Amino acid sequence: MAEFALPKNSVIRKNGERHKAAADARNVKAFKVYRYDPDSGENPRYDTFEVDLDSCGPMVLDALIKMKSEQDPSLTFRRSCREGICGSCSMNIDGRNGLACTTAIEDIKGEVRITPLPHMDVIKDLVPDFTHFYAQYASIKPWLQTVTPAPSGKERLQSPEDRSKLDGLYECILCACCSTSCPSYWWNSDKFLGPAILLQAYRWLADSRDEMTGERLDELEDPFRLYRCHTIMNCANVCPKGLSPARAIAEIKKMEVERQL
Amino acid sequence: MGTGTGIGRVRGLGSAKSGAHHWWMQRVTAAGNLLLVVWFVLSIVRLPSLDYRTVTLWLSSPFVAVPLVLLVINTFYHFRLGLQVVLEDYQKESSKVAGLIAINFFTIGAGALAIFSILKIAFAGAR
Repeated sequence: MAEFALPKNSVIRKNGERHKAAADARNVKAFKVYRYDPDSGENPRYDTFEVDLDSCGPMVLDALIKMKSEQDPSLTFRRSCREGICGSCSMNIDGRNGLACTTAIEDIKGEVRITPLPHMDVIKDLVPDFTHFYAQYASIKPWLQTVTPAPSGKERLQSPEDRSKLDGLYECILCACCSTSCPSYWWNSDKFLGPAILLQAYRWLADSRDEMTGERLDELEDPFRLYRCHTIMNCANVCPKGLSPARAIAEIKKMEVERQL
Repeated sequence: MGTGTGIGRVRGLGSAKSGAHHWWMQRVTAAGNLLLVVWFVLSIVRLPSLDYRTVTLWLSSPFVAVPLVLLVINTFYHFRLGLQVVLEDYQKESSKVAGLIAINFFTIGAGALAIFSILKIAFAGAR
């Protein structure tokens, strides 16, 4: 059976530490943050951080950085660009996957609950293990493949019209918000490639310069790799870049049928 | 099978190179069901009465028995395809294989029984 309950060592112990804001803070918001330390041997817990929003930037990432700098330096999370282009700070914020750096604190009512991306192995606190996700990405050969030798002295040309077919695909930053919001990916991620990787696969199927379309479709045509997608649409709903992996997957399914009819 | 590395696990046994036919037939049977179920409901509603004699007489017409047989085939085929997806989603290894065999036995058996029942009335008439 697919796993519907957390393993015993992953069940969240409710009462963690409470980091209070300074006594004179007036605009305080509470953040309930998932904490897990693999070295402690203890179950995960929620720590509550009271953050003074008057001395904090507007985004959830600003609050996380403030917590780490001022309240608990052991708080662990990934971040880099702080402007939604690197995809490092993907996490589940108030029940919804997104980037901490582009999610505004004021858009969330009440206490802000922050957990790692769902259904991923957790390395520490908000840091999930992406090893399998990246191996899946590598498996689709995400680079231009041709049988035609490269033209000497110039690049492979593409018309503006053909280039525009990559819009809505090339913007993917591989943050995994979509894949980890997909129930099919939760139950069958060992074989299902998931929305992010399938959108990337379609990015190469849609490229007018790529000549390995048939081979790519061969590799994708599989009950588990591709057809676990049941158009649940969580992927398109959560994508922080506003992309639609669901549409890309539908296009792949159409191409798979097109070559049989 | 290269289970010792991340990429080896992902590549696994390779692509099954099937699934498109299953996906397409699920859509085709869905379209067929739409037509046949609409026909079936309209026909039942338009019957003057639903007593035994009227219904068996209605069923003995080839223009009723044939679409009804098609409805049974189409519905059970669609049902089988859908159940397969559910099993693949939630069951693993041996229970999945057992389930896949069971749904084949059940849908073909139940479908055959339904078709036999329709034909019995169509050919032998009401008793």
